[in-house]
Amino acid sequence: MSEFIAQYGSLLIENTWITIYQTTLSTLFAYILGIPLGVLLVISQPHGIWPHKSLNACLGWVVNVGRSIPFIILLVALIPFTRFVMGSAIGPKAVILPLVIAATPFVARMVESALMEVDAGVIEVAQSAGASIRQIVWKVILPEGLPSIVLGASITFITLFGYAAMAGVIGAGGLGDVAVRYGHYKYQSDVMIATIIILIILVQIIQVLGNGISRKIDKRLKNKIGGGKN
Amino acid sequence: MIEIINLSKFFSTESGDFTAINDINLTIEDGDIYGIIGMSGAGKSTLIRCINLLEKPSEGKILIDGVDITALEGNGLLELRRKIGMVFQKFNLLMQRTIRDNVAFPLEVAGVDKKQRLERVDELLDIVGLNSKAGSYPVQLSGGQQQRVSIARALANNPALLLCDEPTSALDSLTTNSILKLLKDINHKLGVTIIIITHEISVVEKICKKVAIIDESRIIEKGLVKDVLKNPQKEMTKKLLERGELIE
Repeated sequence: MSEFIAQYGSLLIENTWITIYQTTLSTLFAYILGIPLGVLLVISQPHGIWPHKSLNACLGWVVNVGRSIPFIILLVALIPFTRFVMGSAIGPKAVILPLVIAATPFVARMVESALMEVDAGVIEVAQSAGASIRQIVWKVILPEGLPSIVLGASITFITLFGYAAMAGVIGAGGLGDVAVRYGHYKYQSDVMIATIIILIILVQIIQVLGNGISRKIDKRLKNKIGGGKN
Repeated sequence: MIEIINLSKFFSTESGDFTAINDINLTIEDGDIYGIIGMSGAGKSTLIRCINLLEKPSEGKILIDGVDITALEGNGLLELRRKIGMVFQKFNLLMQRTIRDNVAFPLEVAGVDKKQRLERVDELLDIVGLNSKAGSYPVQLSGGQQQRVSIARALANNPALLLCDEPTSALDSLTTNSILKLLKDINHKLGVTIIIITHEISVVEKICKKVAIIDESRIIEKGLVKDVLKNPQKEMTKKLLERGELIE
């Protein structure tokens, strides 16, 4: 065991960090792009606060196209574009671009379904109070939908772990790369198992964190009797 | 004064067009508590929602102090809505905000600065008797308390008119009485005109001065509560008096 750690410990730690770095940054950028898209998808619906049939249909189509391309294919198809934008098609940093492109439509749908849960009655109150569309989005739809958005974010994060591992196969580094190079090509099952264990632990941590934060910020889960605690 | 003149609203749905309200004429004097009573589907909700243009009327006019509001759009529409309070059956509080911030919502929307907002919220919570709950969240309040918060919120911008869409239908009878009393006090002390939609005759008896009975999209009878209830002219009104409420 100690021999294994001495031999592969630093390799595993380094690549774990690469995977976390890739996943975190791409989740972040995917949300920066995906939240406005999700909001637009919701408010432009026929019964939304800013109905725009053609815009809604168009956005929905783009998002569906994005979601229907398997990541491994998108990754390869985007190589020329990634090279053009990031200066290189492979490597730990370059892969963030295809990860963001793959995750944004996914995030847009997650945000859309989170925001669809916001009670229509509450939006109506805001309208009857004379709130503008911008005020309704910022003061009502987003804050009321936030706990669900956070839950969705942990799912996105976990999905991107899987994508980042796939990207390892084409030279993006990270745990996927380690698993393929050592575990697969060199038949080192112990390295393979170690990467799987690390991934399992990471996914558990993210899920627990996501659930915890969502519960913490969701005021609907406040203690009903003797309130004010928490 | 609010004058509703030849007001109609048609909806076109996939199963064909239907008329929600048909040629409604109604005058509501300042300071009135005006009840509009009818069965579900009679069109009473559509009627009240036309008054702050949550529904856009298809035909007719609504004059508020002599000015037709039905053509308002953009900022003019937002300004109008800020001057009219509305209370809903389901309370519709923002679940992620404290009671204080729920009541402050219309003030925020109208651009009132924070210091004034907090002062006004204190006054409003005093009116509805919920100052001790300012820091709580809606989920920690009973239905009746939540409805009080929603009334405080509706009064935030000092409206001259308060629209109440079935404000007591989700409440038990004891709580209903306390909410009705609150509305009556508000009308009395603040001089706010109140239009109240209901299917319960008891609500009309307890607080309304005038009443209109709406059936199948039309107003079939209207006038002072004491006249209409004592001497009903239409079958529907008689049925209503016998049964106490208008649900099929």
